[in-house]
Amino acid sequence: MTAKTQEKVLTQGNVAAAEGAIQAGLKCYFGYPITPQNQIPEYMSWRLPEVGGTFLQAESELASINMVLGAAATGVRAMTSSSGPGISLMQEGISFLAGMQLPAVIVDVMRCGPGLGGIKPTQGDYYQATRGGGHGDYRTLVLAPGNTQEMFDLTFHAFDLADKYRNPVIVFADAILGQTKEPVRLEPLHPPTQVDKPWAMTGANDRPSRNIRSMYLEGDDQEQLNYTLRDKYERATRDEQRHEVRWAEDADVVVVAFGTPARIALDAIREARAEGRRVGLFRPISLYPFPVDALGALSDRCKKMLVVEMNLGQMVDDVRAAVRHDVTVAFHGRPGGGVPTPDEILAKLKEL
Amino acid sequence: MALKQVYAPPEALFKVRSHYCPGCGHGVAHTLVAEAIDHFGLRGRAVGVAPAGCSVLLYKYFDTDTIESAHGRALAVATGLKRANPDLFVYSYQGDGDLASIGLCETMHACNRGERVTAVFINNAVYGMTGGQMAPTTLLGQRTTTSPAGRRREHEGPPLKMAEILATLDGVDYCERVALFDAKHVARARKAIFRAFESQIEGRGVGFVEVLSACVTNLKMKPVDAQRWVKDEMCSAFPLGVFKDARASKEGGSDAV
Repeated sequence: MTAKTQEKVLTQGNVAAAEGAIQAGLKCYFGYPITPQNQIPEYMSWRLPEVGGTFLQAESELASINMVLGAAATGVRAMTSSSGPGISLMQEGISFLAGMQLPAVIVDVMRCGPGLGGIKPTQGDYYQATRGGGHGDYRTLVLAPGNTQEMFDLTFHAFDLADKYRNPVIVFADAILGQTKEPVRLEPLHPPTQVDKPWAMTGANDRPSRNIRSMYLEGDDQEQLNYTLRDKYERATRDEQRHEVRWAEDADVVVVAFGTPARIALDAIREARAEGRRVGLFRPISLYPFPVDALGALSDRCKKMLVVEMNLGQMVDDVRAAVRHDVTVAFHGRPGGGVPTPDEILAKLKEL
Repeated sequence: MALKQVYAPPEALFKVRSHYCPGCGHGVAHTLVAEAIDHFGLRGRAVGVAPAGCSVLLYKYFDTDTIESAHGRALAVATGLKRANPDLFVYSYQGDGDLASIGLCETMHACNRGERVTAVFINNAVYGMTGGQMAPTTLLGQRTTTSPAGRRREHEGPPLKMAEILATLDGVDYCERVALFDAKHVARARKAIFRAFESQIEGRGVGFVEVLSACVTNLKMKPVDAQRWVKDEMCSAFPLGVFKDARASKEGGSDAV
């Protein structure tokens, strides 16, 4: 690493994600204003033209995601970002991206729901992000940053993943991650991965014409497409699980949390450790594929788990599915903009 | 006496059997678009955007790159293609439900932005693929499977006149409504589509052609009667003509005044 790459700049999470995309070679951004992610399109509106890309504010999130689909089909790196109701509107296009096997990145900085909801931090859209979200038998790959640096790093990585699997990838953040400023290294640790795109819409000048579609009417072609998708998701489940563990070696109790609650939990865990309790942290970074292998192995060694989320209990289902033994999985959550405090988490740990 | 070839099918169309119903206008409209692709030598850089509807199967006919789009979103997808690679020639092909109902927002905004794309709009006054339901362009009084007593102004409103609406937008360079009910009008439609291609080739903005076409099956008419219905009924609700030609008005000296 050069000295330059170690230089850190005070950067907001949304901007870090946007710059991560720029460094990944983003060519086209299409988006529509919605809080709490507006700094992404605002940054892109001047930054992307600087590097020869195209920024266009679309008339809606429906248009945004379908513009992303068109741009991605030409083989360039394309993305959008949104929140809550905007991500709901995009589900049509995300389903088409998955069915047409097109790579794209969607940064989802959540806001509360259901409905219009408020703009306080939440993680209420875990199911929507990790279960596919739109119609059809598909998944989106989901990466959950835990700090501002990871807003940059994981958005950068999301483009490599999208190209590798020809599938939409969601960078999944809460409003605290989107808004918090921290010192960030705004350069990637490696160059973006270049892949051939022998399916891209480039014009049939010196080759047979190509077609990209998701509808297959003949024979069992549609069923075969779904098996192709399944094979991809199985490959991703084998190769792309990501997580972080802290103090897990001797832990009787492990707190499982992603995003901002994982960071809050660290304070509670430090206090618990100071009181002599053997508590650790498991932070899923890939939410789909969920890090079942590491969490399953951890469940061999600990007695109890406490899942902390900013919702009424969504990831906890994946945790319960991943643990291998008779491990107690407790839950503490705050929905609708409520943020769990270290004291709440500590009290819950003492209850266990 | 030596034979002289006076016509050949366009290179941009595959030589395959059509799945369209006998008497349907799609075959003629496909041919006209393909002739334009040939004429301007665009096959090697053209991308066709297919809608949801009967012509979702565009890829079976056009020997250019083609991509499917979600219902109504063709001009958003076309925007993405063209913005990502301005060297592509991007043509969209949509029906009335697609362009004028569910996709009206994407249609209006793409036209308002003046995207360098060519939009072919097939108006046959019904939802064809789903079985003849009422379309945004169904005529007043026209019976469909979801307006069994006929479309009523006070209940569903009158049919949307897309050519008139889009001609008001600055981003539209050329806007014409044509029909396919006889050879003379097919020739006129061909000319309109060629002109709409030039809007994109010359980087002037959207070239838009609304094509009145017969959905024989859902009109439940014989092909000849369906053509007569387009001529008599549709053409009085949807007058044919050029609604906007920005190039001609500029060349005509309106700026010189």
